[in-house]
Amino acid sequence: MLEISGLRKSFDGFVATSDVSLSVARGEIAAVIGPNGAGKSTLFNLITGHIRPDVGTVHLEGRDITGAAPHAICRMGMGRSFQRANIFPKLSVFENVQAALIAHRRAATDLWSASRDIFRAETHQLLASLGLGPQAEVTGGTLSYGNQKQLELGIALAGEPKILLLDEPTAGMSSVETAETIGLLQRIASERELTLLFTEHDMDVVFAIAHKIAVLHQGRIIAVGRPDEVRADPEVRRVYLGEQHA
Amino acid sequence: MTTRLPRTIPWMTIAFALALFIPIFGTRFYTSVATDVLILGLFATSLNLLLGTTGLVSFGHAAYFAIGAYVCAIAMKTFEVPFLLALPLAGLAAGAAALVFGYFCVRLTKIYFAMLTLAFAQIVWAICFKWNDVTGGEQGFNNVPYPDLAWMEVLPGLSRMRVGELYFYVTLVVVCLCLYVMRRITNSPFGRILTTIRENPERAEFVGIDVRRFELAAFVIAGLFAGLAGALFGIFNRGVFPDFGYWAKSAEVLIMVILGGMGQFFGPLVGAFTLVVLNQQITSYTEYWPLVLGLLLIVLLYAFPAGLLGTIADLVKSLRGRRNA
Repeated sequence: MLEISGLRKSFDGFVATSDVSLSVARGEIAAVIGPNGAGKSTLFNLITGHIRPDVGTVHLEGRDITGAAPHAICRMGMGRSFQRANIFPKLSVFENVQAALIAHRRAATDLWSASRDIFRAETHQLLASLGLGPQAEVTGGTLSYGNQKQLELGIALAGEPKILLLDEPTAGMSSVETAETIGLLQRIASERELTLLFTEHDMDVVFAIAHKIAVLHQGRIIAVGRPDEVRADPEVRRVYLGEQHA
Repeated sequence: MTTRLPRTIPWMTIAFALALFIPIFGTRFYTSVATDVLILGLFATSLNLLLGTTGLVSFGHAAYFAIGAYVCAIAMKTFEVPFLLALPLAGLAAGAAALVFGYFCVRLTKIYFAMLTLAFAQIVWAICFKWNDVTGGEQGFNNVPYPDLAWMEVLPGLSRMRVGELYFYVTLVVVCLCLYVMRRITNSPFGRILTTIRENPERAEFVGIDVRRFELAAFVIAGLFAGLAGALFGIFNRGVFPDFGYWAKSAEVLIMVILGGMGQFFGPLVGAFTLVVLNQQITSYTEYWPLVLGLLLIVLLYAFPAGLLGTIADLVKSLRGRRNA
């Protein structure tokens, strides 16, 4: 599904990622973990076209997407949520998701129909599956932080992605919201046969849902494998898990 | 939900019907002010497609107004092109200029975008100012003919009207058609995408929107309608001058939009009305109109940042909310 090989990016001499290779198979739930500044967000930005790599390639379903524009990569079936909830704050919840549907279904060049009337059923259905149905008419920016992240997930899902990249999906959430979000992600991933790649600080979340974990440290991948393998890896224990479980 | 009140009172139709009577009951002066308000209202509404809908601040919107005005006037006077052809030509010329300038402008963001629109507008002004053979240069392009409106006298109630009054009706119809089209565009799926760009361009990009291309499309549409407004204004004013494209004109139309409220489709029209009428009234008492305008803007920005119409709309909304609660 997603094939990353030899990605390298430096900013003014500071090497943010170095020789990062990772592959994610169809239907897999993969996590990238690592301490702050390990290069997780840079890696995501390299994959989604927000930053061009110096060296290396990214393939999505066999197609080379290295250096393509973010909107083009999005159109090829990649969805993304950002680390801080990234929605359209002054539009209603309904309009947020509907706009994403308009973009995805190529209705955006329609200058004449009333936008109010299109994709109503689809939008409400998607909102209902996220548990945001009752808040459809609320202004997006006034939602609780957890709900805003759910809304952002809705925006991403409206694009019917094959693969979804989530940058810290539970960051800033209460423990209740975190539990809800984990349940939601697992349900949606299996319902839609989604491939997921996410970064996360909360190790409970990672070990609860990931099939595969890659550990990033100082811009390099130091271990990849099943959760139990990664947990047992001595180097991982030393540089990363050790810091917390010492 | 309780029984819904008929939410859509056909304000536009009512306003249109009332406007039809202005030349009949009003003096020549009122008809002239009404024509002025309509044209500048169209100009301001076209800017709001960028400012209020797409979130792009243009400091050079007058360029497209001036291009439309010169193209229409030159076509009608120098080349004797009929008005019905000259008007769309003016819109297309302004739209084409917006396509070329906009191509560069949308590559920049925020204040750099605004500065580049200003730079292009100053270039347009300089060309109009110096190209004596075509534009009349500093002296302006005078004696722009009215369109041939003799046929209108056949219409009931319009016989014996002066050409200036007949021209008011032409303006009314053209402006209303343009406003209708722009309102459809604003409320269309395309318009919704423009609002997502205003709200969060990064996110818009990652729902698959080519943000620059949509910004350029909005820029061209706004330029086209500004050009139509300019064409109407050149004829109304009986002459076209380089000042039409000067930065002061761009600032004036920006003030209209903010005064009326950029969050409302009809806000700019209200802003144009307020500014034109205030200007007329206050200049008859004092020569310090700019001073009064400055004070007015300060009060407005602090007390009613949503603009006149925006404030009224918020008020109506909160009253309705209280009644439903």
